[in-house]
Amino acid sequence: MSTSATNESRSRGKAPAGERVADWADGRLGIYSLAKANMRKIFPDHWSFMLGEVCMYSFIIIILTGVYLTLFFHPSMNEVQYHGSYVPLQGQMMSEAFSSTLHISFDVRGGLLIRQIHHWAALIFIAGMFVHMMRVFFTGAFRKPREVNWLFGFLLLVLGMFTGFTGYSLPDDLLSGTGVRFMEGAVLSVPIVGTYLSFFLFGGEFPGGDFVARFYSIHILLLPGIMLGLMVAHLILVFYHKHTQFAGPGKTNNNVVGMPLLPVYMAKAGGFFFLVFGVIAVIAAIAQINPIWAMGPYRPDQVSTGAQPDWYMGFSEGLIRFMPGWEINLWGHTLVLGVFIPLVIFPLVLVAIAVYPFIESWVTGDTREHHILDRPRNAPTRTAFGVAWMTVYFTLLIGGGNDLWATHFNLSINAVTWFVRIFVFVGPVLTFLATKRICLGLQRRDKDKVLHGRETGIIKRLPHGEFIEVHEPLSQEQLHTLTAHEQYTPAEIGPAVDENGVERKVKGAEKLRAKLSRAYFDEDSQIPKPTVEEYKEITSGHGHH
Amino acid sequence: MSSQDIPEENLPSEQGTAHGAVSVADEKHPFADPGLPPHEHRIQDIDERAARRSERAVALLFTLSMLATVGFIVSYVAIPHDKDIFVFPIGHLSALNFALGLTLGVALFCIGAGAVHWARTLMSDVEVADDRHAIAAPEDVRAKVHADFKQGAKESALGRRKLIRNTMFGALALVPLSGVMLLRDLGPLPGDKLRHTMWAKGKRLVNMNTNLPLRPSDVAVGSLTFAKPDGLEETDEDFQTQIAKAALMIVRLQPDNIKDKRELDWSHEGIVAFSKICTHVGCPISLYEQQTHHVLCPCHQSTFDLSDGARVIFGPAGHALPQLHIGVDDEGYLQALGDFEEPVGPAFWERG
Repeated sequence: MSTSATNESRSRGKAPAGERVADWADGRLGIYSLAKANMRKIFPDHWSFMLGEVCMYSFIIIILTGVYLTLFFHPSMNEVQYHGSYVPLQGQMMSEAFSSTLHISFDVRGGLLIRQIHHWAALIFIAGMFVHMMRVFFTGAFRKPREVNWLFGFLLLVLGMFTGFTGYSLPDDLLSGTGVRFMEGAVLSVPIVGTYLSFFLFGGEFPGGDFVARFYSIHILLLPGIMLGLMVAHLILVFYHKHTQFAGPGKTNNNVVGMPLLPVYMAKAGGFFFLVFGVIAVIAAIAQINPIWAMGPYRPDQVSTGAQPDWYMGFSEGLIRFMPGWEINLWGHTLVLGVFIPLVIFPLVLVAIAVYPFIESWVTGDTREHHILDRPRNAPTRTAFGVAWMTVYFTLLIGGGNDLWATHFNLSINAVTWFVRIFVFVGPVLTFLATKRICLGLQRRDKDKVLHGRETGIIKRLPHGEFIEVHEPLSQEQLHTLTAHEQYTPAEIGPAVDENGVERKVKGAEKLRAKLSRAYFDEDSQIPKPTVEEYKEITSGHGHH
Repeated sequence: MSSQDIPEENLPSEQGTAHGAVSVADEKHPFADPGLPPHEHRIQDIDERAARRSERAVALLFTLSMLATVGFIVSYVAIPHDKDIFVFPIGHLSALNFALGLTLGVALFCIGAGAVHWARTLMSDVEVADDRHAIAAPEDVRAKVHADFKQGAKESALGRRKLIRNTMFGALALVPLSGVMLLRDLGPLPGDKLRHTMWAKGKRLVNMNTNLPLRPSDVAVGSLTFAKPDGLEETDEDFQTQIAKAALMIVRLQPDNIKDKRELDWSHEGIVAFSKICTHVGCPISLYEQQTHHVLCPCHQSTFDLSDGARVIFGPAGHALPQLHIGVDDEGYLQALGDFEEPVGPAFWERG
């Protein structure tokens, strides 16, 4: 179309086609008001901000591949004889769920690829959520106004774990069936109602003929439906709050510095979806996952060694493995503490990290909005708590694979188990203390850098023979960045007498809060950041440090 | 050009100012925010040739993606689904899976790489600042909403007409009960189903592998044999549910080695039969150590001593494996002399 023709059509009041479609949509959906705030929305740039994107994209990949798999998978436990193309299992009795999974893996072209993409994406999804959560935790991005979004993210992690569990149980293979049996044993341990729960869950005795169909509707409809809703809410809040940013020149708590959604982040984030998908596809091409044909169909009287859940369930496996076999028999009833205690601790481990933002905001009493991220070193107690929590988590993960540690590293399984039993209590204390020291050390280093400049590595000999290292002063940008963080002062318990001079009762919660506040912010827990006076005093004197 | 590759801060500073003296833009407030640093141009911003190189790189990536998609289609059509290939260092792979995954991966990755390269090299990289606004509403909005709510609540008269309010809460509280009732038929009540297995007096022990009834002479010292009750076949509809409780493991010990008296009484010529289902959470126990007579559950490593009433000697299991009282029938086959006396498998509240 020539330019003159375009001008002609414009002059007749006819806009280009795209504009006309947009006008049409705006008249019905009000998209212009929405786009006004969001089309050129500014997003700050930092590598750690893409961790959440990894999760979102792997979730989309899981949905896409999952829909494909439902076209071929039969969620039925009817026993059939296998006649497919995988020779070693021909003639064997197995559930339809298992045989249809074999069909997907061996007879549907590309079926194995999609299965493996689905499984790998699920592992990456949950690992991504875990790392993303740690990023948010250690930089304090969960602070007001983002506490609710933190909880949304936490729920996504928990639901993701259970969606994963119900998903890998569907093929009804020997490994996953063993996992389901473990779950049944755990449910049975619940006092009073355990057997009823188990019978309702399995439609009678284990394994029965119902659980694959039931897990199927939970796995493909119930949980992902909730997760999709949470994910959308999570994203809406990210847009609404605007993204956090690290301190730096020009970056304040009242602005957001970065590049606009259109075009830069549209291209970068949109492209990143393809990068994630591409990488997962290549992994699925070369790295086999969950080869159910090698494990065979589930039989309650058979098991293989080295039985492991997918990694995200490993810490619950650790809980159940390190627990002593306590059982109390009283008045004709059994309290199965050896299984029930792990079952209770399992959610508590997760809840401990989920409620942390609320505890911290209670201790600081800070009700302001925070959009500038903390460097982990500048919040030593928080960082130390996070590392202690991770120590518990990873110790339990080691406990969950105690047999593999024993066989791969030639260790005694009893020794590994005893190590986990002890270290799960001692480890977090040690790492808490060590992390705090490291954070304080790094704070001192920052302070030193601000006051004395950067070590250049250049050794200079003075006229009288002394050797000194040349320190280069920092630029104002660097000085600002290193001193931009806020430091709280410990909260005091208010006056012991009220305004009338009458002695007032100090509540226990108030005392606890003051105590925690001291633990967070007294001189043993943070290095006072350099003041301008200190800086001037040091930098004004020539020739000495 | 070469000196610009090294960031300023990596260069040694001038000797005159390096030691002690400081040159900071704002002498009074050295830590103050100096504001956004000036934009630094990329090579593509100033050199049209470099920009065209970037353009070609992006186009090349998109072209590669197209070729990979063609490769995917060709692989799908051309490669038989049962063909294996050896790929160093991974090993043997399904050729079709390998080809499809690789071509799909490259097709997707190149789109992503192209888009990101485009964004990084050719789109504007000027950082701009946008204002944030408080999330909480201003005071007048807050007051208006509160007033509106009070008005609405007042007009509904919910607080005043307590009869309506209370009956409505009652109705809303009761109606979900219908939903709860509907869950009742998810499964039958447990009853005493967990207490009984298929084993009964006179049931022969059938070898799980050969499907033949076992004679004492079939069980050698040091061997581990798995057995099922006579009459239970793999093709039975409830096979899985029955075998989940009835699975049995049989070992032969020297009668002198049996430390537990009841175990000895319930054995036959040193042959003892224990439930194969772990008392922890129900995994089948399958690892037997001949010398020590220990069995180990591969799931959670509970270890039981078969020479001492199968009591727990390590791991998270809470109680010993139930033993089956066995003997020999008239024809010389091993048979059960009753069901297990206690429930098999994981413990539960009613177990007692």
